[in-house]
This record gives sequence, structure tokens and C-alpha cells, in this order.
Amino acid sequence: MLRKALILAAVVGGLVLAPPALADTSSAEPKDVHWSFEGPFGRFDQEQLQRGYKVYHDVCSACHAMRLMSYRNLGQPGGPFYIPKYKNPNDNPVVKARAADFQVADIDSDTGDAIKRPAIPADTFASPFPNEAAARASNGGALPPDLSLIVKAREGGPQYIYSILTGYAPPPPGLKVPVGKYYNPYMAGDLGANWFGKGPVPIGGFIGMPKQLTPNRVTFDDGVKATAEEEAWDVTAFLAWAAEPHADERKTMGLGVLAFLVIFAGLLYASYRQLWKDIDHH
Amino acid sequence: MSGQSTYEPKTAFERWLDTRLPIVRFGAELLDFPTPKNLNYWWTFGGILAVCLMVQIITGVVLAMHYDPNAANAFDSVEKIMRDVNYGWMIRYIHATGASMFFLAVYIHMFRGLYYGSYKAPREVLWILGLVIYLLMMATAFMGYVLPWGQMSYWGATVITNIIGSVPIIGPSITTLLWGGYSVDNPTLNRFFSLHYLLPFMIAGVVGLHIWALHVPGNNNPTGVNVKSKQDTVPFHPYYTVKDGFAVVLFFILFALFVFYAPDALGHPDNYTVANPLVTPQHIVPEWYFLPFYAILRAIPNKLGGVIAMFGAIAVLFTLPWIDTSKVRSMRYRPTARLFFFLFALDCLILGLCGANPPDAHVWPGVQGFQLLDSNINSYTWLARVATTAYFGYLILVMPILGLIEKPLPTPESISSPVLSEKKG
Repeated sequence: MLRKALILAAVVGGLVLAPPALADTSSAEPKDVHWSFEGPFGRFDQEQLQRGYKVYHDVCSACHAMRLMSYRNLGQPGGPFYIPKYKNPNDNPVVKARAADFQVADIDSDTGDAIKRPAIPADTFASPFPNEAAARASNGGALPPDLSLIVKAREGGPQYIYSILTGYAPPPPGLKVPVGKYYNPYMAGDLGANWFGKGPVPIGGFIGMPKQLTPNRVTFDDGVKATAEEEAWDVTAFLAWAAEPHADERKTMGLGVLAFLVIFAGLLYASYRQLWKDIDHH
Repeated sequence: MSGQSTYEPKTAFERWLDTRLPIVRFGAELLDFPTPKNLNYWWTFGGILAVCLMVQIITGVVLAMHYDPNAANAFDSVEKIMRDVNYGWMIRYIHATGASMFFLAVYIHMFRGLYYGSYKAPREVLWILGLVIYLLMMATAFMGYVLPWGQMSYWGATVITNIIGSVPIIGPSITTLLWGGYSVDNPTLNRFFSLHYLLPFMIAGVVGLHIWALHVPGNNNPTGVNVKSKQDTVPFHPYYTVKDGFAVVLFFILFALFVFYAPDALGHPDNYTVANPLVTPQHIVPEWYFLPFYAILRAIPNKLGGVIAMFGAIAVLFTLPWIDTSKVRSMRYRPTARLFFFLFALDCLILGLCGANPPDAHVWPGVQGFQLLDSNINSYTWLARVATTAYFGYLILVMPILGLIEKPLPTPESISSPVLSEKKG
């Protein structure tokens, strides 16, 4: 919303606006992390996406669904397991193997019985819970959000996701943390009602998810050392890719479009000057 | 339309057609239309807007082939467009960013009309038709924003449709009619989709009238002086087709920068979360192009009063040709009016800023301020009230009074004469 106002002002009047002060909630400014996919020339790093998928597979997928993703997406151009030889990701052996890690519900076409079978690339990511009630029941009443779009659905994007994952801190003395909740300074919240310590109310809020990423929680296939920061960095990159799998293609195409438009504008300007040169119009 | 056609049918078929449906003559007249030769780049936004409308209709028709206007599927169908439809991401980003580009262009076009007095006689109908287009655009954009069925779609629709409910007697019935039930739900989405597809064609129709009303008196121009002779004009084609074409391509560069490198910058992150009637977003904000009106709405402590002020902010523009008493069109020759014009433009930006921020937030962080009536003096509520007063003050007071008391600079004899005198001097 501020960004929107800023762009409006920059486009129309070049004004710089003051940041809005939020009335009730507070959260720490997200950490300044750098990504391979930053900016117009940044692209996803396939090895990082593979590591990120591993973190998702080993850790996140126990509670979080990604219902907009299919296993075939992992093997499409730009995806973590894309192999140029397999134009159709449904043929990609790595994708087939990853899909087969999961069991999905199906109907036996001969008997009509409900069965479970290994997933194929065409299947959507298996959800850890059959429905919202089951998800809440298993998570102390909290609903683990779907991660398909999480990077685009949060102010601050990948910075914010990384900060939440790595930002767990011991609660300041005097903060009464409810059962089944965890303190995280990067989570927006209002801790006033739970603050019995000295000084101002601490920034941040409570989150239903305990700290997940610890050193060596996963073992990376490419030998990269699995620190908590590395795991968070990689899984956030994977989630950023999953939120917009065509982002690399978009940026590449943009370069071509802009190059064309700039040349076309130059030609039109030259035509305009040529055409108007005998007309006194200033 | 101008009736001075130089068109001569050249082939037997054209002669035959010309006496039955003179459509080629019509086109030739449009192309030959005598246009003041001194139009500056602010005048290119008319053409840019026509292109914007076409872009929105073409991309919209394609999106409608893949979109599912059902509350259970709408969000996922949009994501399917983003992920699985060939170049769907590009079509959707062009359409979504295109709405912002359309409004950016229309605001420049309107402020150009204000500055150069393009609403004054004999162009009152032209101005009014333009405002009708603007109203239709707002309705279309609002309903279009609801279609992805994200959180901001749902809650924006809830807030705006509830506003209408505050109109006495008929308000609640209208709201129920808009909802198709007793809250924003699937029937609302269905009818909004239907209307979102219909209104652009109504816009196209009014654009036809707008251009017709333009071609009767002809273009205004930066001097605001009437065209006196053929010397003052050039044929629209090729002179302005090429100049407008150049401006359109420059505009496309800005457009492409957003589509390819900041496609979500003008949207809200909450709209990537599927609509949930049980979870209200912390701050419900409309798209940037509605923010000034949103600020006016919230500035008035009474709900109905806010609605009246918000609609009044646009309604008053319809009366502009008559409440502006100045005989001089262009503010080039009205230094005092020009100063007020820029203050007015700044005021509109301030209103936008007020609409973007929570009403209770401090304008100057760190300054404590004091309580005045219902709000802190250093809050966006009070800034919005001051800015709303300035908005109406400019249109209702400054416009009529200034035209009577100011001393305008001498205006040139004709469009060609200032050109000549400047060359000599």
C-alpha cells in the first residue's frame, strides 16, 4: 500500500512520502537478505531450488500444503529438477521419483474403492491434512497456511519469510507466552496484553509454529552445510519460485520487449522530427 | 463530421459504396481532421487512452476464456492462468497493470483539460462525456478488482457495497441487489463478472460520443485561442498519428517496466490470499486510483455525509464549465489560477496519501499533537479533512471568484501569432 502510494507519487510528482505508522501492531524490520533472483537480471539458482525443495519435503510438507503446485512443475523450464532432455516434465525421471515419495487418494477404477497410490507428476502436491479442521486439530488450533503463494502474499516477500524462519528469539523476561504459541519479533502482533515486564512492550507477536529450522535438520545432496540460515535461505528461494514459476521467463522476455520498444520509439521520434520539420509549431 | 471532406472516391467500387454507406469518406474525414499545430505532449494522452481501452478489452477477452467466475474456483482459475496457460502470466499482468496505466493516463488527461480550460464553451458536452467515461471506468475497475477473489477483492467489495447501504430508503435494497443476497458471495462475483465484461463496451460507446463531441468544435490547444485559419492547423494524419504514436510507445515503455519488472508493485499482497469472510485484513485499502476518494469518504465523521462528499467530489466536476467564470481558457495567461491549479494537484496527491494510510496514524512521526474533537490533530483524519476542504474550496470558491477578480495576461491573436512573435523576439 505504501509502495503503491510511492509509485503513484514518483510517477506523477516525484514526491517522497513518509512511511505509515501502524496504530496497533508492531514487528521488526525484516532482515536484509540477498537473493540470486533479485532485480531485472536476477534468476533462480537451480541448485538452491533443489536444496529448498528438500527442506520443503523433509520439514514444511509435514504441516503445510501447496495446493497450487503439481509435481510436474518441478520439472518445467526454470524448475528445480528441469532437465532439458525431457521437454515434457511428466517424462522426467527425477520428477517421477519425487512424486512417488507421496501417497495420494484415488478411486480404484475396477472396484470403486477408495485407495492410496504413489503420486505421479500430474498430481498436485499431496496435502498433509484432509481438511482445515484436521489441520487445526493437529496444530493447537492454528492453521498452517498454504505455501503456494506465501512469498507474494506477505508484505516484505522473501525477506519476511526468511526473517520469520530464522528470527525466533527467547521471549523477553516478563512476556507471558500462551501455551502452544511462540514468540517471534518478525511476526506482526500486539503483545500489550501479555506484557508484564519493565519498559516498553516488545515488538513482534506470537506465532503458532515452533522454530523448525535447526542445523542439520536436513542433509543436502550437494554437500552444502545445512546451517539454519542456509536451510531458511534455500527454502525461501524455493517458495519464491513456487509463488511465480514464470518469473525468470518474465524478466527475460521483458528485456526483449523493452529493447524493441526503445528502438521503435527512436524510429517514431525520427519520423516525427522529419515530418514536422517544416511546421512552425512551438 | 466536420463536413469539409476532400475525399474523392477513386475506384468504381468506392463510388458505388460512397452513395450507399460512406464509410471510407468517414474514415478519410477522421484522418484529415484539421488539428491545431501547437498541441503539446499533454495532448497525446487522448490517443494513449484509446490504446489503453483496446489493450484492456483484448487482454480481458482472453482472460475471460480461462477465468471461472465461481467463488469456489475464481482464485484458483486466476492462478491457473498465471501458471499453466501459455503466456497467461503476461496477459494477466498486462490487464492488471493496464488498469493502473489507464487511470494514470486518464488523470493526466483530466488535469490537462483543467489546466488548459478544455471544459469551457463550446466543449461542455465533451467534458461531461469524459466524466461519464471516468465514472464507467471506476465502476469497471472496482468490479474487476473483485474478480480474483483474494482477500482485498472480497473486503474491498464488502466495504464499498456497504457504503451504498447508507443511502436513505433505497440504499439497503440496492446493496442487496448488488450482492444478490445478504453478503458478498458467489452471486456477487457472478454479477460483477457479467458487468465487468459489459461496461468496457459501454465505455467504448461513450468514447465514440466523446470523439464525436471533440470533432464538432475541434481540439482546444495550449493557447486556448480558437483556430482562426487553415494556417493554424495540420491534418490529423500523418502529423498527429506519428506524434501520438511516438507518445504511445513511450507510454508502453513505462507500462512494460511495470508488467515485466514490478507486476505486483501496484497490487496488494493480501490479494494473493484467497478470500475468507471470517478473517478481516488489518487495513482495507482500495487501489491507488481510488485513494483520494477513499480519503474524502473517511474524512467525514458521518457515514452518509462521507458518501455524499465522495460522490460530490466527482459531481462537482460536472458543473465545472459553468462555475468557472474566467473567459480565458488556458492558464498560461492566468498566473494566479495556475498557482491554485498546482496547489489543487498537490492537494489531490495529499488526499491519495491520506487514503493510503490508517486514519489514526501520525502524519509526522514523533510529533505528539493534541486531540481536536474526535481525532489527534497530527492524524491522517485531520489532514484528510483539511485536504477535502481544499478540494471543494478550489472548485466551488476559487474557480468562480478568481475568474471574476483576476487580471489575466494578454492572450495572443491566434495560434500562429505567438509563434511568429516569439521567433522575432
